[in-house]
Amino acid sequence: MKKPESVIIELAPRFEVGAKTALQNTQLRRNMGKATQTIRGKRAAVVNELSDWESLRVAGQHIKDDVLQHLDTYLVQLEDAITRAGGHVHWAKDAHEANEIVTRLIHATGSKEIIKVKSLTTDEIRLNEALELAGITAIETDLAELIIQLAHEKSSHILVPAIHKNRSEIRSLFQKSMNLPDLTDEPTELAAAARQFLREKFMSVRVATSGANFAIAETGSVCVVESEGNGRMCLTMPEVLISVMGIEKILPRWQDLGVFMQLLPRSSTGERMNPYTSIWTGVHANDGPQEFHLVLLDNGRSDVLADSVGRQTLHCIRCSACINVCPVYERTGGHAYGSVYPGPIGAILTPQLVGTAYADSLPYASSLCGACYDVCPVRINIPEVLVHLRGKVVAEKQTKPQSWFDGENLGMKAMATTFAHQHTYELAQHAGQLAQWSFVHDGYIEQGPGPLGKWTAMRDFPAIPPQSFRDWWRERQRDE
Amino acid sequence: MSNSSRNAMLAKIRTAINSGSRGDFHESHTSDAYITHDDGNVAVRIELFAHRVAEYKAWVGRCTTGGIAQAVSERLTMRGKKRMVIPVDLPAEWLPAGIEFIRDTQLDRTIIAGMDGVLSGAALGIAQTGTIVLDGGKFQGRRMISLLPDYHLCIIRAQDIVGVVPEAFALLATTMQSPMQPYTFISGPSATSDIELNRVEGVHGPRTLDVFIVE
Repeated sequence: MKKPESVIIELAPRFEVGAKTALQNTQLRRNMGKATQTIRGKRAAVVNELSDWESLRVAGQHIKDDVLQHLDTYLVQLEDAITRAGGHVHWAKDAHEANEIVTRLIHATGSKEIIKVKSLTTDEIRLNEALELAGITAIETDLAELIIQLAHEKSSHILVPAIHKNRSEIRSLFQKSMNLPDLTDEPTELAAAARQFLREKFMSVRVATSGANFAIAETGSVCVVESEGNGRMCLTMPEVLISVMGIEKILPRWQDLGVFMQLLPRSSTGERMNPYTSIWTGVHANDGPQEFHLVLLDNGRSDVLADSVGRQTLHCIRCSACINVCPVYERTGGHAYGSVYPGPIGAILTPQLVGTAYADSLPYASSLCGACYDVCPVRINIPEVLVHLRGKVVAEKQTKPQSWFDGENLGMKAMATTFAHQHTYELAQHAGQLAQWSFVHDGYIEQGPGPLGKWTAMRDFPAIPPQSFRDWWRERQRDE
Repeated sequence: MSNSSRNAMLAKIRTAINSGSRGDFHESHTSDAYITHDDGNVAVRIELFAHRVAEYKAWVGRCTTGGIAQAVSERLTMRGKKRMVIPVDLPAEWLPAGIEFIRDTQLDRTIIAGMDGVLSGAALGIAQTGTIVLDGGKFQGRRMISLLPDYHLCIIRAQDIVGVVPEAFALLATTMQSPMQPYTFISGPSATSDIELNRVEGVHGPRTLDVFIVE
């Protein structure tokens, strides 16, 4: 078992505990239902427009397979290209090391504040908190991130962190924190307030940090995809730019962007193309930051790479299509997952990054319906990985002495033995028929005894019928 | 910089990869059957580009090469724009009288931000997605000038419009220089979907985008 050096799980309650609280919040469920339905409709419309969508998905999957199979080569190639273009590349084994590097680089500039482009990777390593400890203020510039930061809340969606908040909640927050008592809840006006609020920072702050959607190994180009222009501001206006990127975000060739720049915007915001995409290569004379650093982050990713089933998780381009389509996420919202990565992708990524022992409830945060797999632009078989991780959770539990007395474990073991032989199976079936009578109502067990009670709290269990299939078959053979 | 982290990370990655099998480089994805060109009907392509740009709530007009200055004059007058920043190399024939055009000779950022707008050319357009690509090349200038002003009037030549996204990247690869140019892809005015997932025009980039297609 490895130590959770990546700190994405912050004293998170188990999923089922978080989910229960979330489900009781009717405002949250209304906001989530509306938002996920809107985005699902938009995505479906722009995806159906492309006759070659399936080919693009396959191409996306193939490119990512290639990346992972040759990750070492591509990383070194990227490092060379960026260095030749006047940039600097840093390698960080874990969150701690990445934060140290970024802090050191900012200290060297003498700046006490930075502007930030929304980045999940920096959320994952909790960069803002590390910087705060070092006396550096990080200003989030993405509208939703700004909302979250002003409200002192946590993100509930990877793309739209404030998806759980509606416009009137945002208005009251801005009224208070920006001192704008007359602000209405018109989205245009709320956006204008943010424009006003951040403009001075864009004009004056000397250092910016960002994540990266893609980096091209052959050219050393780094790509950031966004909507508002806050990304362009942070990537263009400061003197120093520091980008933090997970090692798996690499693409081999420039032309691969032709695939991913179709897959990502359509899957993500349901647009043919996002408003702004910036691609830069090292530093550009007289244009933009004259000092550029790229921090390559592992933080558990190479462990995921070593798992032949789990590896495909690293295909993820953080589009959030799986989150928007997930019936579980739609009802619980993102906070219940206790991680910066919620929803189906979070349910497989988080346990792999921190170790299944530290997030053992997440692989169960799914009904395995498979909608996530259908929409995934890089064809990650999320249900397959979920089942694989459930197996790991159980196997890990079984190595501990407590498991000898664990009801579920003993029950499952007994069941495995019983079901393995015809005779014992049929004996158990008949015993069950007799034992179940007091629990059965209209052919279903709605509340099971003992440990079964937990299971039946959410589901009805079909009762064992008076005549089993085997009995019926035997009778039929006899009659003939 | 810590070389030991670099070596440790690469070693760990190599061990992880070797637990599976390595195929050849690019082996699997050279023959993938996605669309790389449109059907070559130029009129339809230009029409589609105009339509898709307009769907982002940008305004799209058409003019001839000789009529650029006239078109620019009409548009800027209609928008009430009097002081425009322009790239250093923007042709004088594009500039009508009666409006002040200031060339970006490494102007200070506050001066650029104080302009009524920016007038620029473009590297190419993508019809399928209604996207304008800037590469800092001819008639485009620094990234800052198309970012800080609240209004962008962009002039794009019809022959620079390609059909689909992969075509754009293929074409950009042929014009790549060393050192490489910075690229900005623009699809409509600045927008956000962060409030209840509705697209709202206008956050930090230019809130109004007008486009002329030159035929």
